[in-house]
Amino acid sequence: MPDTLPADSVGLIKPQQLAFDIPLELDCGRSLPGFELVYETYGELNTDASNAILICHALSGDHHAAGYHSMEDRKPGWWESCIGPGKPIDTNHFFVVSANNLGGCKGSTGPMSINPAKNKPYGPDFPIVTVKDWVRSQARLADALGIDQWAAVIGGSLGGMQAMQWAIDFPQRLRHCVVIAAAPKLSAQNIGFNEVARQAIMSDPEFHQGHYYEHNVIPRRGLMLARMLGHITYLSDESMRSKFGRDLREGKLNFGFDVDFQVESYLRYQGQSFVEKFDANTYLLMTKALDYFDPAADYDNDLAQALSRAQAQFMVVSFTSDWRFAPKRSKEIVKALLDSQKNVSYAEIEAHHGHDAFLIPIPDYLEVFSTYMNRLKAGA
Amino acid sequence: MTMLRPELRTIADWISAGSRILDLGCGDGTLLAHLRDSRQVSGYGLEIDQNKIVQAIARGVNVIQTDLDAGLTEFESNSFDYVVMSQTLQAVHYPDRLLEEMLRVGREGIITFPNFGHWSCRLQLLAGHMPVTPSLPNTWYNTPNIHLCTLRDFEALCTEKAFHILERTVVDRAHRTSLPMRLLPNLMGEVALYRFRRR
Repeated sequence: MPDTLPADSVGLIKPQQLAFDIPLELDCGRSLPGFELVYETYGELNTDASNAILICHALSGDHHAAGYHSMEDRKPGWWESCIGPGKPIDTNHFFVVSANNLGGCKGSTGPMSINPAKNKPYGPDFPIVTVKDWVRSQARLADALGIDQWAAVIGGSLGGMQAMQWAIDFPQRLRHCVVIAAAPKLSAQNIGFNEVARQAIMSDPEFHQGHYYEHNVIPRRGLMLARMLGHITYLSDESMRSKFGRDLREGKLNFGFDVDFQVESYLRYQGQSFVEKFDANTYLLMTKALDYFDPAADYDNDLAQALSRAQAQFMVVSFTSDWRFAPKRSKEIVKALLDSQKNVSYAEIEAHHGHDAFLIPIPDYLEVFSTYMNRLKAGA
Repeated sequence: MTMLRPELRTIADWISAGSRILDLGCGDGTLLAHLRDSRQVSGYGLEIDQNKIVQAIARGVNVIQTDLDAGLTEFESNSFDYVVMSQTLQAVHYPDRLLEEMLRVGREGIITFPNFGHWSCRLQLLAGHMPVTPSLPNTWYNTPNIHLCTLRDFEALCTEKAFHILERTVVDRAHRTSLPMRLLPNLMGEVALYRFRRR
């Protein structure tokens, strides 16, 4: 972290917390007696509360989307590239809300929280939450903040899916819906990757059927493997090639099973550092929320029918080298919106970064995003 | 309100108020924005060029990044009143298929293209060269225009496909018409505009 904060950053941010004590009915049939959400806000809410934007996070994201928590932070929030003064989500104009999802491990109620019924952490007993559950909980947050209607709900990847679900479940409560690098539901391949990640975690001897907190251990190896696998799916062949190629860490082959190639070293590092900051039970929950996401299922498996309820205007963005949620998946969303005669624009950004592109300040991407967001400022 | 280039003005005049249109190769969205503001027309533009997409988004137009050579598969049959394609037909890989697609998704098609039968093209070919004209300014090796045709060619294709031509306007680049153009359209016209539908 530099001595001074960048001028286009929202600066030092303090997370906030809200407790909701009315029970929340969940899709799985269970309910939470109450719950807490940790969230951050950037910018100022205007007097008629018409400039609020909800940011929805992806699989391993959290409420810390922009700015810094302290001058010692090495890195800003996960979407610093797009949120801040003068950025696409311009905090000079908008009031931005970003919450940690239910089931998360960064402060919102989740597996690490105390289960009031048992006076110990939920662990694996935390109910499976869905994208719809998240949207319901976020609507409670909107109520508490006095926001009747979001100017926009915006998200990338799993966040884009929440934005879409918002438009379907609460059509009157958002004017714009920005869906980036998402899909209308997961493919068999997507679910396959998630299942391997879950198996890696659950087969770790230190998983203890999810009760590892009680044993004072964490399924380190399993979670690390899950993250390493996930990470490969976030990059593209091309970006891995240009980043690592076949570069050797020590300049020679070691004829052993330890790290030879830079890419191995990188993935191990990513996996190991992830273990320090993320909870395995939350990882399991998030992958299930992804697998279960299928907004068309409630509407005769017809996505157009599901989206026909929406009143928002849509902006859909995909990236050419994203193979996790490839452009053709975004086009399925666009087709459903066209079939239901919704206002929609779609851009397919040329980028070699793979799925991670939505986090990266790619000039074409920022230009499309900013241009669309400027339309909101003008009150369109 | 945005100033329309003359060609778009003619197209706009052919489109009735309140209709739904699909604009193939919509560019910066000028036509759609004009029709939205002046006659409550709704619809979408398709465009491949990122810079133009940004301009169209800025105009508040619905624009979908699409390669027209991939067809119009994302659109259901009979979902538009008009499908418009201005100065693009000559640059696509399968003009005949795209014309059929236009009349699959739309009730009527509106199309404009540079007339390769214009006398200046013919003269240059007579002199042994591929024509380079103000409406076709590119040299043969760097032109996006790979499927040029004359009025007669286009009308022959319409007959073959059983398309009914509802209206035809033939103009020069400044979008003026004249007696010679009306008498000898395929020789004197630089730009052709057609409105057509299935028989």
